[in-house]
Amino acid sequence: MENQKQHQAAYMRRSLLDQGYLDEQFIHLEELQDDANPNFVEEVVKLFYTDSARFIRNIELALENGPCDFARLDNLMYQFKGSSSSIGATRVKRQCSQFQEYCNAKNIEGCKNTFQGVKQEYATLKTKLEAYFQVSLSLIRYIGNYSKD
Amino acid sequence: MRTCLSTIKVKHSSFHSEQKKGKMSSSYDTSSSPNNTNANPSVEKKLKALMVYDNRVITMIHKTLLKRFGVEPHEAKNGQEVVLAHRSGAYFDLILMDLDMPVVNARQTIKELRDMNVRSLIVGLTFLEEEEEKKPFMDAGLNYCYPKPLPFDVVRDLVEKIKEDA
Repeated sequence: MENQKQHQAAYMRRSLLDQGYLDEQFIHLEELQDDANPNFVEEVVKLFYTDSARFIRNIELALENGPCDFARLDNLMYQFKGSSSSIGATRVKRQCSQFQEYCNAKNIEGCKNTFQGVKQEYATLKTKLEAYFQVSLSLIRYIGNYSKD
Repeated sequence: MRTCLSTIKVKHSSFHSEQKKGKMSSSYDTSSSPNNTNANPSVEKKLKALMVYDNRVITMIHKTLLKRFGVEPHEAKNGQEVVLAHRSGAYFDLILMDLDMPVVNARQTIKELRDMNVRSLIVGLTFLEEEEEKKPFMDAGLNYCYPKPLPFDVVRDLVEKIKEDA
């Protein structure tokens, strides 16, 4: 049964990397996980989603309430891009860069359209990561219990 | 490899040994251990790094990373905090700074530190790609400039470097 979970977790992880949702930065985070920090990756990802919710909300408000302050939008997006790249969220980061290009070009429609893409990639990644952690962490807990016997 | 290393070494060779002496006399009482200040592990100087970021996620990651490499991480939110800390006598073997922060003037902060004769290794992180965009920071006294996210093996190399220099 747990063998199956192991395969499932490995497969999910592999997919996330192969399909470009995550890059090697995520692998580096995994390398920082150890006995002292057993849930490090999940904690970092949780912080990313908590922090990012704020940026996303602020960008949304800034886009809705014209006139558009492109400098402010760029600043907000820069923060979000920094976080995304630090956890290896490649697709999200790419959308952020695209958004910034539209900001620089002062193209509000481009910004709005790309922002939809940002939110979509962000949400997709969140779902996939939550599913992945559910499997891999239950596995860790199982191994933890098993090795106590 | 993603690293694009831009280095203009700070002209510090003539000051470096002087600064080291100054550093050590403030850290231990050398009169009581004349031979080898590193002989007793309890007074062995711990390497310190200062992170100047405005991002909680990056701070969390680098904090863990630095600890993993045996370096004590410290945080500052802006340039003013950094300068004030140094004015009060703080010293860090390594200063990691996000060069893109909108509110913080990283270039100004680096310049102020160098004007204060701070000889720490100062490393900048940026999304900027063009050399001419990075040049003002290098001219202000930045040692190295790296793209975000900062590669972990670069951090390892930086820690090795500050261990050698300490």
